[in-house]
Amino acid sequence: MGTLDYAWLIPALPLAGFVVLVVAGRKLGEPLAGWLATTAVGASFLTVLVMFAKVVSMPADSRHVVVTMFDWIPVGGLNVHAALLLDPLSITMALFVTGVATLIHLYSIGYMHGDERFSKFFIYLNLFVFSMLVLVLADNFLLSFLGWEGVGACSYFLISFWFTRSSAAVAGKKAFVTNRVGDFGFMIAMFLMFGAVGSLNYIGPAGVLTNAGKIPEVTATAIVLMLFVGAAGKSAQLPLYVWLPDAMEGPTPVSALIHAATMVTAGVYLLCRVSPIIAAASGTATWVIAVIGAVTALFAATIACAQDDIKKVLAYSTISQLGYMVLAVGSGAYVAAIFHMITHAFFKALLFLGAGSVIHGMHDEQDMKRMGALRLWMPITWVTFLVGWLAISGFPPLSGFWSKDEILAGAWSKNPGLWAVGLVTALLTAYYMSRQVFLVFYGEERWRHRAAETSDAHVDDHAEHAEPHESPLVMTLPLIVLAVAAFVGGVINLPLFGRTLFLEHWLEPSLAHVEAATLTSGAKIGLGALATIAGLAGLAIAYVTWYRRRPEENAGLEPLVLRRAWYVDAGLAAFVSGPGRMVANWCAYVLDKRVVDGAVNGLGTLVRNGGAQLRRLQTGYVRNYALGLAAGVVLLLAWTLVRVGL
Amino acid sequence: MSLGGEWYLILAAILFTIGAFGLLVRRNILVMFMCVELMLNAVNLSFVTFARMLNDIGGQVVVFFVLVVAAAEVVVGLGIIVAIFRRRAGATADDLHILKG
Amino acid sequence: MLAFSVFGATPVDFLTFVIAAAIVLAGAFGVVFSRNPVHSALSLVMTLFGVAVLFVEQHADFLAAVQVIVYAGAIVVLFLFVIMLLGVDREENVDVEPLGPVQRWAGLLIPLVGLFLLLFLAGVRDWATGTPSARGAASGSAAGGAPNVDLLGRSLFTGFLLPFEVTAVLLVIAVVGAVVLARRPPRAEQAEMLAEQRALDEQLAKERDAELVAEHLEGRS
Repeated sequence: MGTLDYAWLIPALPLAGFVVLVVAGRKLGEPLAGWLATTAVGASFLTVLVMFAKVVSMPADSRHVVVTMFDWIPVGGLNVHAALLLDPLSITMALFVTGVATLIHLYSIGYMHGDERFSKFFIYLNLFVFSMLVLVLADNFLLSFLGWEGVGACSYFLISFWFTRSSAAVAGKKAFVTNRVGDFGFMIAMFLMFGAVGSLNYIGPAGVLTNAGKIPEVTATAIVLMLFVGAAGKSAQLPLYVWLPDAMEGPTPVSALIHAATMVTAGVYLLCRVSPIIAAASGTATWVIAVIGAVTALFAATIACAQDDIKKVLAYSTISQLGYMVLAVGSGAYVAAIFHMITHAFFKALLFLGAGSVIHGMHDEQDMKRMGALRLWMPITWVTFLVGWLAISGFPPLSGFWSKDEILAGAWSKNPGLWAVGLVTALLTAYYMSRQVFLVFYGEERWRHRAAETSDAHVDDHAEHAEPHESPLVMTLPLIVLAVAAFVGGVINLPLFGRTLFLEHWLEPSLAHVEAATLTSGAKIGLGALATIAGLAGLAIAYVTWYRRRPEENAGLEPLVLRRAWYVDAGLAAFVSGPGRMVANWCAYVLDKRVVDGAVNGLGTLVRNGGAQLRRLQTGYVRNYALGLAAGVVLLLAWTLVRVGL
Repeated sequence: MSLGGEWYLILAAILFTIGAFGLLVRRNILVMFMCVELMLNAVNLSFVTFARMLNDIGGQVVVFFVLVVAAAEVVVGLGIIVAIFRRRAGATADDLHILKG
Repeated sequence: MLAFSVFGATPVDFLTFVIAAAIVLAGAFGVVFSRNPVHSALSLVMTLFGVAVLFVEQHADFLAAVQVIVYAGAIVVLFLFVIMLLGVDREENVDVEPLGPVQRWAGLLIPLVGLFLLLFLAGVRDWATGTPSARGAASGSAAGGAPNVDLLGRSLFTGFLLPFEVTAVLLVIAVVGAVVLARRPPRAEQAEMLAEQRALDEQLAKERDAELVAEHLEGRS
């Protein structure tokens, strides 16, 4: 176990990067600060690889090693250590978190070029990676929660990185507050767990997961539902998803890292981690999870069909894909959820970075209706984006096909209705992604027309309103790497011949065993074929409407209700400003002013008036006082008499 | 054989009451002081009576001390009165009401 | 209840007691009800003499002597000196009570109630409780023991030595205090004090005039 003792390096390296940058970031300047940060995360990735190799070499049933660093909170019955758990699930998470993070750090060196707070960006990024690693590697719920909160805070920092824009600042606040609602659920779940089991550790003799079978069903259901509230906040499920589209205000690498690949997967990770508790809970819990996941997936997909901003489409797409993962969890297909999480990390990060490359190349233009035919100007971005598109749409043999298919199979086993929702969502996914590809990379060069129009209207000294350009190597290299990963990523869990299910076998010790109805291979092939047909249908519709025709002719396909995301945000705002304000006013003017202040002031008035009345006893005349004395003596005598007993 | 002590105690009580009444009703400072002396005498009487009833010389010793202290008290009290009421002819206790609340 | 041992005593004792009690009470009423403070002082002397007689009857000879010498002889004389010095011999108007009727009626009632309570309390509990202590007999001449002075002296200088010394100190302090209090202020302050006094005197005079007017009007109606 000697090698594994160095596991603390995994979170420590990004933390060290953070500290160094805080102290000397400004001095290091661009691009050295970025390289330092990237190196820190890259070194962490290498460490994870070493640990992974070590764990693989261990026999399967001993693959859960706890590396304790120090005693953190020894309070009475609660003894929480700062310790890392190295088991298949956590190492898997750590692998792709650090891997994708390294690529995105590299990418950011190019993307954030010229920004005056360059080093600050990497400070936050490193801190984020540290928090995320604490979250996935922790061996107890409390330390995980620390990481959970940490990523939430970093998300806030990074979303509102360009805080001089009020929309960015507002988006940051919205993300943080919505997350807090979820965190509340997590905390309640922790209280329940401690109450039921007496400990917050994952495994071990007092571990929550090892003793999950002993938790009464009602408590277990409550714990699962509360954790799901937390997961819904972090993983943007209905109704706590509202922060994610607004989070696109942050720089694109942030969207790629946090809101596609890592932070939003924390919720799914948590649910998979507590699979033993889910197994001990009643069926209601899993139904709630599955239904919300499916509905979210469909809901978000419909909105994505009508968005013009290149990043907003991807944001809603993320919510939709997370819905798939949650659906998988609810159906008991934990491996499918993790599988999709990994493939999604690859292709969504790829898509986001590609979008960032497009934005960068188009000189900060984000409206797809103003792009077009960029394949001629940004070839590398184009090709890698195509790979991502095919992956997310679920076309074989790319990774997305295998993972999405497994989820749909799991959904079918749970309930054909859920499967149908998933199928429709797959169709819509293919549709809106194809729409995006056609608008951005094909068709006419609409940006040229716009430039011509605006230069007619006023004197435009922006020489940059010239042609788009391809991004530098620091940005395209990660794109290529991710594209390769998205293409061949399916290899880790191919459902062929049973032996190629590497991921499933690898993750087995960490997840609860679920008795799922096994499908015949014929059924699986049938489902897979149906999914592919749905994808092709979506592509075909998009081809007809967006490739052949001009964008302006398709106004009917983008109804206002979808463009405005079913008016959810407007509805919330109306609710808060209407009844919410009434409640607040009542509390302020009636409750606080009259009742509370009235009580306090009333007390003061009472004392003052009482004092004024009592003051009348102080006449100043000695004889009055003597009278008082005499009266007191007589009273004492009387009392003595009473006591003595007549 | 002497008279039973109860008589003396009753007398002392009545004397005390008269003194208290006088203290509360009269306005002249010196008369008030004299009423205090009356009360002290009543107490002395009762102490001596107890000394006899209980056959304990301690009662008389207390009287001795009361006498001494009363003397000292009168001296200082009159000194104060002199200091306050010097040249204020016809002043009464009611004229000192500056400490009215 | 009350144990009247009239018949336990000789008639002489009883008569002495009655006469002395009469003197005491008469004096007390005199103190309280005289308008002239000098009359009050003289009534006080009468009371003190009566109390001295009662002391003798209780076999407290020494105390009786001390009572006459110190109380009647020194303290009351002191009172008289001050009365004369300050000129507060003006007759007090007892018809008017500036503090309202409450003072007068409560002043009557409360001591009376206290009196009854006290007597009741004492009567219920047999007047004097407690065991006769081993300190030593009080009565000297009656029980045929040591003279009263002897007993008193012995007790004073052995058991009660400390309080005795303390009272000595107390007397010294009192003397010093009296001297300091009655001193005339130094020249520098005198003018200031004069002015202050004059102002107060004027105010007092005004109040007195108002009182007189009120008196006069009341007298008429």
